[in-house]
Amino acid sequence: MNAQPRQPRQPGQPPEPRQPRLVEVRKNILKQNDLIARELRERFRRAGVFVVSLVSSPGAGKTMLLERVLTFLRARYAVAALVGDLATENDAARLARSQVPVKQITTGTLCHLEAAMVGGAVEGWNLDDLDFLFIENVGNLVCPASYDLGENLRCVIMSVTEGEDKPLKYPTIFNSADVALITKMDLADAVEFDRDSAERSVQSVRPGMQSFHVSAKTSAGMQELLAFFESRLTELRGAPV
Amino acid sequence: MHELSVALSIVDIARDEGERLGGRVSAVHIRLGKLAGVVKDALTFSYDIACQDTPLEGSRLVIEDVPIIVFCPRCQTERALSSAQSFCCGECGTPTPEVRAGRELQLVALEMEE
Repeated sequence: MNAQPRQPRQPGQPPEPRQPRLVEVRKNILKQNDLIARELRERFRRAGVFVVSLVSSPGAGKTMLLERVLTFLRARYAVAALVGDLATENDAARLARSQVPVKQITTGTLCHLEAAMVGGAVEGWNLDDLDFLFIENVGNLVCPASYDLGENLRCVIMSVTEGEDKPLKYPTIFNSADVALITKMDLADAVEFDRDSAERSVQSVRPGMQSFHVSAKTSAGMQELLAFFESRLTELRGAPV
Repeated sequence: MHELSVALSIVDIARDEGERLGGRVSAVHIRLGKLAGVVKDALTFSYDIACQDTPLEGSRLVIEDVPIIVFCPRCQTERALSSAQSFCCGECGTPTPEVRAGRELQLVALEMEE
């Protein structure tokens, strides 16, 4: 909007149309979501519950991995899960097999979870009784990137069958995440998965990001991942208020 | 495709601010970071739909692109990234996760007609 130098108006010329007034208004467009997410994070912190969200493309193995994580953790911790899906409640039914409280958030046509949905879903749960809460987002590597859910840790998941360059194709979500989980490692040899190349892709879009290689099927790598979650819970509870 | 929800939020905020200021909003200026996870064309398309049957109908959406700016720990300065695929300093090549700009999704100004 560079103002052109005005020519002096000649007598008899009509007056110029009035210029619109430009008013500065600084507002975050997703402020509503951000506010709710901030309140949730504070509620989770006060309750001492560590909240992990999982994002991935459809079919990367979020539900299977989560089922295993819940099963392992529930032996020693109070664990619960929320699971987002467009239409079905199949994932909640699968996760319920791990015998922890699970709630489905059916989003209809919405391609991502928003903080308000998480807030609504945890109503009725006593957060003080929980150690871990897992939130499985809708399978989508694009839209969830923009929405803070109040989580402490965002895990982005890619499976070995998706190709080593997945992070380069979806840099925004990988950059928004805290750790990368590479799943279906039991299939790595069969699909000639190149670990170094995948790691280079991760590091290229998020230098320094920690990644875990796991197989929910064989449990390979699971102990490292669980130990990591536990250390983060300890950290959260030890953090000065 | 979450651009429609983003467009609806823009219209909500612009309508409220427009009412507060008095007058008709003829254009909405936003800043859109390359890392905001919002596709510009899809947002422009969604904006017109979101404006329908609101006081914003017929207004323009003016989008300012915000490049990704990172801090290079070696050069001790901010650098613009040429690609979201490679978070490293364009001068010395040092990788850096420190994003200083590029996540913006911000309404910055309204053009008001009296």
